Amino acid sequence: MGELWDGIVEAIRLIVSLDPEVMEIAWRSLWIAAISSSISFFLISLPLGSLIHFNNFPGKSVLIALVQTLFSLPSVAVGLIVFVTFSRSGPLGVMGLLFTPKVMIIGQIIFVTPVTLGLVISALRGVDKAVPETAMALGAGRFQTALVTIREARFAIVTALMMGFARAITEVGVSIMVGGNINGYTRTLTTAISLETSKGAIEFSLALGFILVFIALIVNVALFWLQYNQGKSPWHSFGWKMSRNN
Amino acid sequence: MAFIRLENVSQQLNRAHILKDINLAIERGEVFGVIGPTGAGKTTLIRLLDLLDSPASGRIVFDGVDVTRSRSKRLSARRRMAYVQQKPIVFSMNVFDNVACGLKWRHEHRESIREKVQNTLSLVGMADYAGRDAKTLSGGETQRVAIARSLVTDPEVLLLDEPTANLDPISTAKIEDILETITKSKHLTVVISTHDMSQGQRLADRIGVMMGGELLQVGTPNEVFHSPRNTRVADFVGMANVLPGVITAKEANLATIVVGGRALQAVADCATGDTVWALIRPEDIVFAPSQTSASAQNTFEGSVTKVSRDGALVRIEIDCGFPLVGIVTARSAEELGMETGKRLLASFKPAAVHAIPRYTRSDQQKEPDTNPALS
Repeated sequence: MGELWDGIVEAIRLIVSLDPEVMEIAWRSLWIAAISSSISFFLISLPLGSLIHFNNFPGKSVLIALVQTLFSLPSVAVGLIVFVTFSRSGPLGVMGLLFTPKVMIIGQIIFVTPVTLGLVISALRGVDKAVPETAMALGAGRFQTALVTIREARFAIVTALMMGFARAITEVGVSIMVGGNINGYTRTLTTAISLETSKGAIEFSLALGFILVFIALIVNVALFWLQYNQGKSPWHSFGWKMSRNN
Repeated sequence: MAFIRLENVSQQLNRAHILKDINLAIERGEVFGVIGPTGAGKTTLIRLLDLLDSPASGRIVFDGVDVTRSRSKRLSARRRMAYVQQKPIVFSMNVFDNVACGLKWRHEHRESIREKVQNTLSLVGMADYAGRDAKTLSGGETQRVAIARSLVTDPEVLLLDEPTANLDPISTAKIEDILETITKSKHLTVVISTHDMSQGQRLADRIGVMMGGELLQVGTPNEVFHSPRNTRVADFVGMANVLPGVITAKEANLATIVVGGRALQAVADCATGDTVWALIRPEDIVFAPSQTSASAQNTFEGSVTKVSRDGALVRIEIDCGFPLVGIVTARSAEELGMETGKRLLASFKPAAVHAIPRYTRSDQQKEPDTNPALS
């Protein structure tokens, strides 16, 4: 109990004093997770999820089941695969990316994409079938129908982005295996906690843990706020807003 | 050439036939009503007309172009039509944006969109709702937005699937008013499906009766309601008297039909010896006290077997050697002292009797079809 209390006090002290080392680690965690979850969501899951949802092809349900199975992909397994791929003797070893933030982003993208992709597909499947049909009946082409359907699912889709970010910032397996936990370069909150705990610096580890929980809390509050303020959120203009000039 | 033509169109769902061999020609500018009970296939037919689905077999020709299979031809044809669903949904945006969607998808200019949306909202009486979140509207308001959303693109064809189902009488009257105004002022081709026969009668130039996925009869409201082609249509259009009889004499076009041992006079095309159904609408039967002179044609005395109230009207069942059902106003019923056992005279004109060849009801599946829908 004493260690836990000391950890809380230390966390508050480190946060309030804007401890440079802690801020640097927290900031790195944030931007690496933000970039990986954004790439995963915007460049992979949203377009690919839409393609899967809006097209019928043989094996579609098997593919969706496979994506959902990959929800439970362990981060160390992804870390291992990426490590082997980018290690000096691996197929992409010549790129020299191992133990850099770039390869951490690549690993995190692979790790979070099944979740963001699965949630995007679920979000689109959750939209009333009457929405695309109404759009088509009003003269929308296939792309316009897809856009209006995505727009109707926007809150559930944003949840996919948030979940991707949360999963990326809290994973440790990928970051430690391919990032190497290099101080001032690839050290993130989770890898630092792992290291500091093994060194016996429990208070410092706990402080970093509380910061991580604090970030997760902010993400959750943002998510709740989005869902609560549906029509009023900034995402309202995710599609378009024709009457703005009225 | 017909504006929209369905040729031998069938539709299936999970191998079950929902539409069977539909042939239908709709002319430009006409209001065509599709009436039939729930589950008859009316929505499936409207969806095919809007080219949202492809038929399992057959051809759909729109304005001279076969649009059955080509995706691009279907889209360009669909953009000349508008479809108001039975339970319209609105998108999660305000009323203005909902109505503007179709124009935006047709790449109209922003200024033109604003003008057209405002004009159309005024037309349906929703001008003050432009900024309102469409999800917060009532059923009748949502239906009006759906109609505005369809009309704003200036379609040539308006497809309405049960536009007033689930609405209260006031909202229904408003929607019917709007539809009548629009169809007259814009010279639209309209296809309206409804299970409400009187609505079909009020709004349509021609009516198609749909049952069990088949188009059983197509004609003017008068033809369908007074001269149903078979007993299934007769049942649906409220022909309460379906009496089995035999034609025993024929003079010019006046036939004598013996029903339950009593002879009735009818204007009919059938020949002597034919077994027929004599169909009489309940509102064509006139009741009088039994003391009245009974010399007129088709006047029968009988005793009342059942009196039941139906809103402002009273339904009378009388046994005069054969059962007869009639409808009178509540006031008439009171004046005649309608009650079970009361002796009355029931009369109807020979022209009120419509005779059709008799088949057993199950035989009607085999009834020869002369494609009445193709005109």
